Amino acid sequence: MTTHTHSVRSEIRRQASARNTRVGLAAAGVLALLTVGACSAAETGGDAKTVSLHTPSWVGAEVNTAVAAYLLEHELGYKVKTQQMDENPAWDAMSQGKIDAILEDWGHPQEEKRYVEGNKSVVAAGGLGVTGHIGWFVPKYVADQHPDITDHKNLNKYADLFKTPESGDKGQFIKGDPSYVSHDNALIENLGLNYKPIEAGAEATHLAQLEQLYKNEKPFLTYWWTPQWMNATMDLVEVKLPPYQDGCDADKKAVACAYPDVALKKWMNADFAKEDSDAAQFLKNFTWTTEKQNLVAKYVAADKMTPQKAAEKWVKENESTWKAWLPKK
Amino acid sequence: MSTTASRRPVARDGAQAHSETPPARRIRRLSRPSAPAVLLFLALLLPTASLLADGGWPQALRVDLVPALDSFADWVVDNRESHPVFLYFLLHLSNAATDSVAWVHSLLTSAGWAGVLAVAAALASYAGGGGRRGGAPATVALGSLAGCGLLGLWEQATETLALMLVSVAAASVLGLLLGLAGGLSDTAQRILRPVLNTMQVLPSFAYLLPLVLIFGIGTPSALITTVIYAAPPMVRMTTLGLRGADPGVLEASRSLGSTGWQRLWTARLPVARPQLLLGLNQTIMMALSMVVIASVVGAGGLGESVYQALKTRDFGQGLTAGLAIVLIAIWLDRTTAAAGARLGSPVGRRSTGFAVAVAAAGLLVGPRLAAGWPEALTVDIAAPLNTAVDWLVGAAYQDVPVLGGTSVWAGNFTSWVLNPLDAGLQALPWWSLLLLTGVIAWLVGTWRGALTAVLALSCTGVLGIWGKSLYTLSQVLVAVALTLLLGFAIGTLAARVQTVERLLRPVFDAMQTLPQFIYLIPVVQLFNAGRVAAITAAAVYALPAVVRVTTQGLQQVNPVTMEVSRSLGATTWQQIRDVQWPLARPALLVAANQGVVLVLAVVVIGGLVGGGALGFDVVKGLTAGELGTGLIAGAGIVCLGLALDKLTQPSSGPSSVLARH
Repeated sequence: MTTHTHSVRSEIRRQASARNTRVGLAAAGVLALLTVGACSAAETGGDAKTVSLHTPSWVGAEVNTAVAAYLLEHELGYKVKTQQMDENPAWDAMSQGKIDAILEDWGHPQEEKRYVEGNKSVVAAGGLGVTGHIGWFVPKYVADQHPDITDHKNLNKYADLFKTPESGDKGQFIKGDPSYVSHDNALIENLGLNYKPIEAGAEATHLAQLEQLYKNEKPFLTYWWTPQWMNATMDLVEVKLPPYQDGCDADKKAVACAYPDVALKKWMNADFAKEDSDAAQFLKNFTWTTEKQNLVAKYVAADKMTPQKAAEKWVKENESTWKAWLPKK
Repeated sequence: MSTTASRRPVARDGAQAHSETPPARRIRRLSRPSAPAVLLFLALLLPTASLLADGGWPQALRVDLVPALDSFADWVVDNRESHPVFLYFLLHLSNAATDSVAWVHSLLTSAGWAGVLAVAAALASYAGGGGRRGGAPATVALGSLAGCGLLGLWEQATETLALMLVSVAAASVLGLLLGLAGGLSDTAQRILRPVLNTMQVLPSFAYLLPLVLIFGIGTPSALITTVIYAAPPMVRMTTLGLRGADPGVLEASRSLGSTGWQRLWTARLPVARPQLLLGLNQTIMMALSMVVIASVVGAGGLGESVYQALKTRDFGQGLTAGLAIVLIAIWLDRTTAAAGARLGSPVGRRSTGFAVAVAAAGLLVGPRLAAGWPEALTVDIAAPLNTAVDWLVGAAYQDVPVLGGTSVWAGNFTSWVLNPLDAGLQALPWWSLLLLTGVIAWLVGTWRGALTAVLALSCTGVLGIWGKSLYTLSQVLVAVALTLLLGFAIGTLAARVQTVERLLRPVFDAMQTLPQFIYLIPVVQLFNAGRVAAITAAAVYALPAVVRVTTQGLQQVNPVTMEVSRSLGATTWQQIRDVQWPLARPALLVAANQGVVLVLAVVVIGGLVGGGALGFDVVKGLTAGELGTGLIAGAGIVCLGLALDKLTQPSSGPSSVLARH
């Protein structure tokens, strides 16, 4: 027992001394880092104002942000911070002033009620100039073979064509990213279609799935939208749904009509808009067209440029378009 | 499960020789029914039940919590700028989180890449014991960090690193405190265990939205999520370390007249250091696996690169960013592992001086060089990676002679395994399924465990997600079965053939730390979106842990026992089946538990590739702002976890404490 006690005591002492060395070393390290940190903190920090923008999860909208950021930095002398996140968190962040603007919104009635009408922390910033359209699409090789498939009334006739093990004895309908505006489940139910909606998951996996099916010329019916950069490589044909009328999609459970054409909107944090800075003015003026957006999106998605490089290329080639967005002096 | 139990006596002598704790003899108040009788009873009951009554959970026994949770979200939004709880507490917490991460990031940036490399190498060398022993970890540290730079991701890597350092520090402190509580008090430990399980099984997607509403987007939410997810291993290992402290040492310390605190400080904690370091190591790994999820709420860094790359369908670039995360994981793993391995051998004065000198030199030179990694020193591996994967996927998808191709397999598997299993579960009336669960859990464990399992399963019914839970359960069962089958097979092979184990180790390292988002793309391309893709993703994630635990367990079987069996003329297969497996039963059970927990952890990721049901709802909760739906689906996953735990763990013995080893 005594030898044991001794060994314990010496072990404890030895560990204590080892600990002291280590604490000393750590302190030295921290001190060194602190000095370095302090020096550089003094060096940086100009007086450029910062604008923070939302980078959404799809490429089309990402290039809005990239082009706006490029112009804000190179023409107006701002520092731009971009933050990537999903749409709903982004609305919340905008209401709290963590980001200043969202440049492409496909319609978020619930958030508009909460933040625009509710606590008035978000204000409209005009239209983006791009018209979005959501719908149901089949690949062209399917439409060519069965010309009448492009009307929803005939979809049941072709349920077998779209049957997969996942959908059992029904046809398979491939849904889009869960965060995207959709009422496909209600549509299938209310139009009496013999289809089973399958979630393909995030946009990335949805695209991967469609690309694979398209490459192998397999039939599929999917949620899809324009503008979308992959429309340049995939030829899809829209399936006609009952025409959209104002308010026919008001009751989420009773929807039985097509998706509307959406004039995509921009939103801003209320305080940011109130300052009426050059940046706010510029972002309000920012509008372009579907074709232009698709072009830049193609640079990014198909030509594998970084969004920054793509924005730079577009800005260099389209001076007349963006000159009009700059605030009048 | 019962068959393994009945075979145990064959090897009992060996089992006791090799493990210190003899199999627990529990006192049962109720005698357990015999397995065959029960199975016969159920075999008769279940088909009759499904014929007589409708499947599903009755509407009358439901409580709809979704509206309440959704209105909570509205309340938060309306009050977060005025309510004192937010103004005086949560806001400060949020600001502190943002500031500390920003501060660490600015330190890393101002030290420059050379500075960071020097400090990392010096620390790794010191952790490894300095001198020659420190050479290997220092080289790994240098190599991995330089690798991040070479891949052209230096800036993103420092952002991720800043978030990692702060969250690992916070998680370790929190874990240490909770672990102290659990190690010193039995009550605390009893309370902590379910809390820890929930922390790990509740998908982080489910609580990200409430965190975002309360703490704001970006760093604070990302940090808190990471801490919640990464702290449990630290708690578990601290508890284990304290409880495992040699009584002799404690007795000695007491006899020296030390107070409780002194004893804790000078004896118990130092003795528990190996466990503490292992806990830290695991915490780092778990934290790293949250990087991509954190990017969904704007945390930036490497996770954002992964996410951005994948949405332009640039798999190669996504994998490149994923590799950078793996490199950081390897660096931190080897550094902490080296620190653990050299415990007890102090670092010499010269080595310490050398490490300090290297770090100081780096910090002096670093800030004078350009802050970013030089562009000329980067390589682009994305394009060749893309070509390789496209070729592979294209070749395997369909029209493979004889074998058919992956899309065909996936289809057949869905039709012949998944659909019938799901249909069967859905057709059973709720009470018969509860009965089934209860009886199996009772056969496997105790009546208390059975009660827990039944309650957990009924919870899903009460919450109104019975059907969805069963849909998810059928996937989880298949995924666990596949993982265990493969895992035990590979584990057995690896335990017998050294080369296999060596070859597998780096592959497994990558599988465990590579963000799951990345391999979802090829998985979908191979198997189409759907449950097979989800199951594959789960198996890929869970397999490494199962194989590792299995291999370790089998290797620890007493060689003498093996020799004896061999000399008695046992063939290799007999040796495996009758000696190794029964003897390694505790390890195999831990492996099974790991399989269940890890498969459940990626149910949400499965939701992103068509797994549907609970996993999908959790994702939807965050991305579509449906707080109630997401949280309840998350709770459903926890309930399934609880039930499955009781169905796969014979007792609440040491194995479930070790679960997260």
